[in-house]
Amino acid sequence: MDTPAIMVTVIGLALAGFVLWYFFFSARQTANAVSSSSGVQEVAITVKGGYSPDVIEVERGKPVQLSFYRDEENSCSEELLMPDFSIRRDLPAFKTTLVELLPKEAGTFTFTCGMGMLRGSLVVK
Amino acid sequence: MEPVTKTETLDIEGMTCASCASFVEKSLSRTPGVQRAMVNFATEKATVDYVPTQASPATLKEAVINAGYGVVERAPDTSAAERSAEIDRQKAVAYQKLKRRFGVAVGLALIIMPLSMLMLWPAIMQRINMQWLNYALLLLTLPVLLYCGREFYVSAWNGFKHRAANMDTLIAVGTGAAFLYSLAATVVPGFFTSRGLMPEVYYDTTATIIALILLGKVLELRAKTQTSAAMRSLIGLQAKTARVVRPDGAEVDVPIEQVQLGDLVVVRPGEKVATDGLITEGSSALDEAMLTGESLPVQKQVGDPVFGATLNKTGSFRFRVTKVGADTMLSQIVKLVEDAQGSRAPIQRLADKVSAIFVPTVVVIAILTFVLWFDLAPAGTRLPLALVNFVAVLIIACPCALGLATPTAIMVSTGKGAEHGVLIRNAEALEKAYQVNTVLLDKTGTITKGEPSVTDFWTLPGQEAGQLLQVVAAVERQSEHPLAEAVVRHAEAQGGANLPATGFRAVEGKGAAATVNGQVVLIGNRRLLADEGVSLSPTLITQAEQLLGQAKTVLYIAVAGQAVGLIGVADTVRATSAAAIKKLQALGIEVVMMTGDNAETAAQVAGQVGITRYFAEVLPADKAGKVKELQAEGRTVAMVGDGINDAPALAQADIGLAIGSGTDVAMEAAGITLMRSDLGGVVTAIELSRQTIRTIKQNLFFAFVYNTLGIPVAAGLLYPFFGILLSPMLAAGAMALSSVSVLTNSLRLRSFNNH
Ligand SMILES: [Cu+2]
Repeated sequence: MDTPAIMVTVIGLALAGFVLWYFFFSARQTANAVSSSSGVQEVAITVKGGYSPDVIEVERGKPVQLSFYRDEENSCSEELLMPDFSIRRDLPAFKTTLVELLPKEAGTFTFTCGMGMLRGSLVVK
Repeated sequence: MEPVTKTETLDIEGMTCASCASFVEKSLSRTPGVQRAMVNFATEKATVDYVPTQASPATLKEAVINAGYGVVERAPDTSAAERSAEIDRQKAVAYQKLKRRFGVAVGLALIIMPLSMLMLWPAIMQRINMQWLNYALLLLTLPVLLYCGREFYVSAWNGFKHRAANMDTLIAVGTGAAFLYSLAATVVPGFFTSRGLMPEVYYDTTATIIALILLGKVLELRAKTQTSAAMRSLIGLQAKTARVVRPDGAEVDVPIEQVQLGDLVVVRPGEKVATDGLITEGSSALDEAMLTGESLPVQKQVGDPVFGATLNKTGSFRFRVTKVGADTMLSQIVKLVEDAQGSRAPIQRLADKVSAIFVPTVVVIAILTFVLWFDLAPAGTRLPLALVNFVAVLIIACPCALGLATPTAIMVSTGKGAEHGVLIRNAEALEKAYQVNTVLLDKTGTITKGEPSVTDFWTLPGQEAGQLLQVVAAVERQSEHPLAEAVVRHAEAQGGANLPATGFRAVEGKGAAATVNGQVVLIGNRRLLADEGVSLSPTLITQAEQLLGQAKTVLYIAVAGQAVGLIGVADTVRATSAAAIKKLQALGIEVVMMTGDNAETAAQVAGQVGITRYFAEVLPADKAGKVKELQAEGRTVAMVGDGINDAPALAQADIGLAIGSGTDVAMEAAGITLMRSDLGGVVTAIELSRQTIRTIKQNLFFAFVYNTLGIPVAAGLLYPFFGILLSPMLAAGAMALSSVSVLTNSLRLRSFNNH
């Protein structure tokens, strides 16, 4: 192996390692729901290449209102799926879409885009 | 009396600070009719309690606007029809934009491609300055990148910031790498030539990939809009206005949103019923096919329920509104179908898991491909070869086909089901129905009509049968007993006079008596006649015993103290039952019946519809046990029932099918609800589920094979053996085709028809 080959190998492996760490093992952004006066747990989520925040903590047994604001036009994020709650919504671009649900059981429930690549989770305590 | 208040939530626009919020709150509180207003600055929402007779959402909105702020139309509060119209409009705009970007990409790619091929002709190449040509190609490629493909790069970058990788990431990294390499070769060719490399450019690859992927997206979007067509047509059925009768008798057309509970609404022939209610005046035949899939019009009279979106065929009638908005049958159906479309089939789980880790994994594979090619290929070509394979892996691995495989099939089939009056609760139910090999039918209400009807009308010789039937009907018309209703229905079906009866008296547990045409008429059981001192002739007794032997209920008729005839009443088998059961058996499903009746009756009904195995004398509480019994035999059981007492059995079964728009409890427990009251729906449901799961399996197979085989080929695995390399442009073409073929396959379900 000559010098360029060694360089490419080292950089390539480092890059591959970084990709794995960055997408799978790095820390996530967590947010707690704010309870409104009526007892509804409200969370505002911005959709732009992903969900921010993407980990949402809520309490069990109280209604949850998630307001998704989709801040982009890319087709990837146009659909929202919460399979555990049987929810499928179209998220219009630059609009807020409200999603209401009642978490009855504790656990971690993922929500994703239509193809399952953008991911977030609802942690019910 | 406390006035009834309504609560409205408004999305307020334009508030910049907490004092804005209190200002809006004050302005709302001062509006007449408002009892309480609360504005939350953080969520930009106002919650207002108001008296509907004094205020309306419109006046509330006005108050906010007068205060200098705006009200955003809130998605869930607008009707389903408006919401879907808005989304459709946005999608149409997006489609137009996409088509324009695709057009530009194709146009430029068609110029870039031949220019790039010039280097194949040395004679021409000698006369052209390579350097200049490269710059010209660069200029032509830039718009493709910055305008046509901009979305991919923006989306990939947004995703990267969120540590999420989507299919755009692959496209962006792939085309971006090809472009940056070409850019370097154009601007600093000396760097390449000094290392013994040709400064090759890949502008044609970049432009063509973007054009092809946009083509895939155009086709995909077009097909996707068709997947929800059934749903949209369902929502579109909603009436826009209703003709409400005001207290003063005036008839006014009002928008459907303003119709309130208790309003009286007029429906003329040929008009749509505005919302759900009960008929108070008039009668008509209604076409309810849009809700139930039943093609024959249904006869309705005073007291019968009518449903919004159904079509009034013949008569004109008035009805009292019992349900509006989200509570109506149509809205509930739409909601149910929407829920089903949001659910995931168990079969999809693997695909979901793969999708989640797919893109980063592919990026890693692509990097390793690059490294290996660079390390192993001959020195002179290692950089271009490494680059080309790197790009090919990224482009072919785009997992959109995988992501589309299940949801599109579920979308089409649940919509199709609703069209046929088959409501599927979720994708799991669809998958369960596919595995069913045994159908357990609760006899009453599924095989039979579940209500008594007259099967025999027998009179002693010398009696005028038609005349006697009308006499009997005159008495029974005054009774409220279910058997009496059956007699009246039978008489009315025969037509004839509506005779007057006087001195009606009901005899508890025995029957009824009245005077018709000046003669006392008795109708009831044997005890009634015995108590009234009427004797029975031997022929009458033989005849009665024969009817009783057929498990029928016998009503005895006496006129002026003489026993003159018999009526046999039984729960009759539906006309469609035998055919439906035959179809199920033809699908390879064993049909088993259960009933609370005695063995003799059960055998008779079973024989009539072609069922060989049945359970008789099953107590309501034991129904779930019978399901368990079948399951213990290793069967996958579908339970079909209609009543509230079927709920435990419906829940116990692998899949429950509630028949008829039945009870809510039965619907809750069932995975599938059949709006039509006959067994035809069971056949439809099972056939639909079989076709859907077959389609999903084909889709998943296609997507999996495509991705798992495509990646190694693109990585160059076949090169050492066969010299096969996948050009990135071919990869882009294949990737565009993959999602389109999966969609097309799902759309084939639209032609589902079981008639
Ligand atoms: Cu793709």
